[in-house]
Amino acid sequence: MSDRKAKRLFTGSIPLPTFEGFLVPILAVVAALLVGVLFILWVGKDPILAYKALWRVTFGSTRNTLETLVDTVPLIFTGLSVALAFRCGLFNIGGEGQYLVGSLAAAVAGYALPGLPAVVHIPLVLLAGFAAGGLWAALPGWLKARFGIHEVINTIMMNYISLYFVHWLVIAHLKDPTNLSQRTPKILESAVLPNLLQNTRFHLGFFVALLVALGVYFLLWRTIAGYEIRAVGLAPAAAEYGGISVARNIILAMVLSGGLAGLAGAVQVAGISLAYYDGAGFVGYGFNGIAVALLGRNHPAGVLVGALLFGALGRGGVRGMQAIADVPKSMIGVVQAAIIFFIAAEGLFRVLVPRLRQRRQASRGPGPAGGTGGEGAPHSGTATEGGAGR
Amino acid sequence: MAKVLEMVGITKVFPGVIANEDVHFDVEQGEIHALLGENGAGKTTLMNVLYGLYAPDGGELRWQGKPVHIGNPNVAIRLGIGMVHQHFMLVPPMTVAENIVLGAEPSKGGLLDMAAAKKRVRELSEQFGLKVDPEAKIQNISVGMQQRVEILKALYRGAGLLILDEPTAVLTPQEVTELIAIMRRLVEEGRSVIFITHKLKEVLRIADRVTVIRRGRVIDTLYTKDATEDGLAEKMVGRKVSLRVEKDEARVGDVILRVRDLTAANNRHLPALRGCSLEVRRGEIYGLAGVDGNGQSELIEVLTGLRPATGGEAMMNGKSLLGLNPRAIFARGVGHIPEDRQRRGLVLNFTVGENLILGSHHRQPFSVRGLLQGGAIDRRAEDMIQRYDIRTPGTKTLARSLSGGNQQKVIAAREMERDPDLLIAAQPTRGLDVGAIEFLHRRLVEARDRGKAVLLISLELDEILSLSDRIGVIYEGRVVAEVPGHEATEEQLGLWMSGGSTGRRGEAQG
Amino acid sequence: MSIFSLTVIASLLISSIRSATPLVLAALGGIFSERSGVVNIALEGIMLIGAFTAVMISYSSGSAWLGVLAAMAAGVAIAWLHGVVSIKYRADQVVSGTAINILAVGLTEFLLAKFFGQAGQTPNVTPATLPTWLPLHGFTQQVTAFAWIAAVLVVLTHVVLFHTPLGLRIRAVGEHPRAADTVGINVFHMRYLGVLLSGALAGLGGAALSVGLLNSFTDNMTAGRGFIALAAVIFGKWSPFGALAASLLFGFADALQTQAQIIGLKVPSEFLLMSPYILTMLALAGVVGRSTPPAASGTPYEKGER
Repeated sequence: MSDRKAKRLFTGSIPLPTFEGFLVPILAVVAALLVGVLFILWVGKDPILAYKALWRVTFGSTRNTLETLVDTVPLIFTGLSVALAFRCGLFNIGGEGQYLVGSLAAAVAGYALPGLPAVVHIPLVLLAGFAAGGLWAALPGWLKARFGIHEVINTIMMNYISLYFVHWLVIAHLKDPTNLSQRTPKILESAVLPNLLQNTRFHLGFFVALLVALGVYFLLWRTIAGYEIRAVGLAPAAAEYGGISVARNIILAMVLSGGLAGLAGAVQVAGISLAYYDGAGFVGYGFNGIAVALLGRNHPAGVLVGALLFGALGRGGVRGMQAIADVPKSMIGVVQAAIIFFIAAEGLFRVLVPRLRQRRQASRGPGPAGGTGGEGAPHSGTATEGGAGR
Repeated sequence: MAKVLEMVGITKVFPGVIANEDVHFDVEQGEIHALLGENGAGKTTLMNVLYGLYAPDGGELRWQGKPVHIGNPNVAIRLGIGMVHQHFMLVPPMTVAENIVLGAEPSKGGLLDMAAAKKRVRELSEQFGLKVDPEAKIQNISVGMQQRVEILKALYRGAGLLILDEPTAVLTPQEVTELIAIMRRLVEEGRSVIFITHKLKEVLRIADRVTVIRRGRVIDTLYTKDATEDGLAEKMVGRKVSLRVEKDEARVGDVILRVRDLTAANNRHLPALRGCSLEVRRGEIYGLAGVDGNGQSELIEVLTGLRPATGGEAMMNGKSLLGLNPRAIFARGVGHIPEDRQRRGLVLNFTVGENLILGSHHRQPFSVRGLLQGGAIDRRAEDMIQRYDIRTPGTKTLARSLSGGNQQKVIAAREMERDPDLLIAAQPTRGLDVGAIEFLHRRLVEARDRGKAVLLISLELDEILSLSDRIGVIYEGRVVAEVPGHEATEEQLGLWMSGGSTGRRGEAQG
Repeated sequence: MSIFSLTVIASLLISSIRSATPLVLAALGGIFSERSGVVNIALEGIMLIGAFTAVMISYSSGSAWLGVLAAMAAGVAIAWLHGVVSIKYRADQVVSGTAINILAVGLTEFLLAKFFGQAGQTPNVTPATLPTWLPLHGFTQQVTAFAWIAAVLVVLTHVVLFHTPLGLRIRAVGEHPRAADTVGINVFHMRYLGVLLSGALAGLGGAALSVGLLNSFTDNMTAGRGFIALAAVIFGKWSPFGALAASLLFGFADALQTQAQIIGLKVPSEFLLMSPYILTMLALAGVVGRSTPPAASGTPYEKGER
């Protein structure tokens, strides 16, 4: 990671990304939408019409905006999940599996505990999802902490294990016998996240998501636990030296991260589906959470924005592009992938951005010099921008 | 004599820093030419330009009189330039022979011809007296042998000019003597050697000529027979330097740290400490001398809770330190300036303020009931920056962007502010310029004068000799000798460091 | 029916080989990529694109083998994208791989709609077969020609990796790129080579699935096989023969699963489906033989860095 990027990302007690930090994600989104234009043209449709349709069904009316926000909710959780793990230097690619186990646990807690008032039952359902996701992620966390095994492979493996395991649990043990479809019994009324607006799906979960985002921010930058998680993420050896248990924080971060992904599932069950439906496949919130975290620069505020974008793309692709403009909804998958590529390869924009900045500076006179080193020797990243390429 | 290489007016600029400015440097055939300079003076940059790793921003390279453009290491290799990097460039799971031929492999019918490779390695090894086992894996051989493999790698490619970057840092005195013999043999065969170092004595002992470089510029080039240690030092630093540290007689008090028969394993699960014993008292600097890899790192890590001991005891103020985690050990009154400041000592992407509370971040006033207190953290940082003269734009600056000297000041400030009874300083001045070195040395002496026990671990004998009130020598995981600082001589320490006759004073006085 | 019945064993074996074939091919790709220092979790996506391309081109050209070649070319193209992003722009290789996996699902669905005008599945195509005069024709018909191709490629990969100068260089770059750089080996070229080869092989693996085994393309038909191939790379300790053995083992688990009823096996099929992933986790944890990846795998290489 280059100095400049690092500085952008981690500015201590004021961790909000700067304008420049926003620039790359914005450029990436614009570039990806342009890629989308090419694909729309390729199938012989009108891109302006298609994007208009996308806008109309997502933000075109209050109702549509609220519906879009509903689709944003699980992505906020999975985005936070990935971002929190990233802050501890961990790549939790297991969101899909944690989502599944979280959903199922929430569903079970939702139908199997009769007689509770909603104020107790709803938190219990959410907690069940959080706990299941957290426990599911604890194993790769522990394997990383104890044996140093990279969490990426283990979380991928556990995605598939959860897929088959949850499937088996549902068909063999938890299936609603009174219903033909492969699902658990419906959750009880007391477990349902209340709907806040008639004729929409807009439910309390949205505000839970906002609250959790705020909580993650607070945790990371205002508490000892967050200081320790970030220290482990940035410099494990230094953290260990500073009396911080690396293993403990790795496991903690994985549990919290998995818990957030599990919470995504719980909120969907308690707010939307009201049962666990076995689809024998991944829902995509986990993988898209990676994109959301990247878009949001691993900052909770950025995650909210990223989730909104991905929520809107998902909704707009099906209800707008496909239904209205007759563009295959799969085109959105291509756009989403393109967004990730463009952010990941931000070096691409690094050619462009300095020029933009130079132009800005030229109109305002010379800016401050970059270097801060005192008697400094060139420490690092010397040839990053320079011509040592070949 | 014929000039093999001429570097004329080389300039290399990194963003914000001029690493080399109008450097003129040449090497004659059959000479050992030392390139002397402080850390960060630009020696390695210059050699990387020569080896094609960096493109110069100005100047010209001439090889045997003809201008050349060295755009990448392949060109350098083809011309006959070989480089032995300070950090060895060897692939650990591969064999010696594989490493030597890598990139220029003998092949037969498209397949790798390892038999030919091994044969060639054996021939070269005999010709130059460089003993290696072609079939051994790099990860299983000693540092000394790894260095011989590196030299063979260059010779295999027909190097006429060999660049050795700080080659003695990792060697025992005996191995250094062997290395010198090898270098002599090379120049006798008509090859040339560039020897990069910051150690004055080695220049005078090894080189025929020396070029002194300071802040990216050449200060002088002279024959070593015309040079003196003081003269070279002045050229290297740019002012008169007193190599002695001013300090009063030590007022030694009670034993603070008592280590007895301590054993511990290294990262490869081999015994690294094999019954290490020493004592450090209040008001003294105890210098632990030794060649790198004799258990120093493991000793520090055991004492600071970063590595478990397998046996023996380590008592501080009468209570055992073993089995405690780093946080508990900090709480017992141990301060620690770690040997790898960028990896261990600092979270480089944390701010100066955040780094200054590392290890105390969970205590008042920096946090209350689990919550960080920004105001208290800032106030501490501003105070430290002022008192320790840390040159930083502010408390919110990332530690990464400070110079090495200022980074070390951040660590020193943090550790000394803990007011520990025992301060462990490991390689506290490695890689720093003379100004920062003097600053840190003064601080260590001050700590001692305030009645602290200071355990100084250093690979630099000069540092040990100038600071220590008592000196122990560690060899193969044991303290094999101890002498009062003023009685120690470099020769005697060097002998002990390489496992020569022991001189433990223990029984006589203890 | 007895579990020891000869026909049952034979059919299990054949079915194991059939399941293992796409895995082996993609796993060989994974080996090249990881040995050169680039983690390739995009095997799944590349396989999917390969599977689609093979069907599309064989459908339009009428030649299954042309489809296979096209699948390899498409694999190379998509791997090149992974290479540019993760080698040139030094992006996180896992992120880039995730993007490719998302892209592959969307892109193949999109192209399916565009070229076949229908969602979900393509029409059937003629499978890729070998001439009938070759020996063992009956067996070949059952295990498909791709099994032979895979077998040859396993040997070839082993020879290239461990007995040629190129292989030595690829491995050096994956273990210690700077060391390779200082002896004049172009780290970037080696890594591109590793990644592009992985694209070709994973594309071929996808073709083995679509025009080899199933004769058509279905949305998301790889269904995790790319990740099982990745598991085979790890379980096989990054060696071609190891990956072959692991793939056969995983293929056997799959065969057991599909034939569980015939054999009368009482284990739920889900647990057999899980077994490759569980075994891989156990292998990584050192319970089933320690598995250590190439040292520099996953780390982008930056030339001037010290």
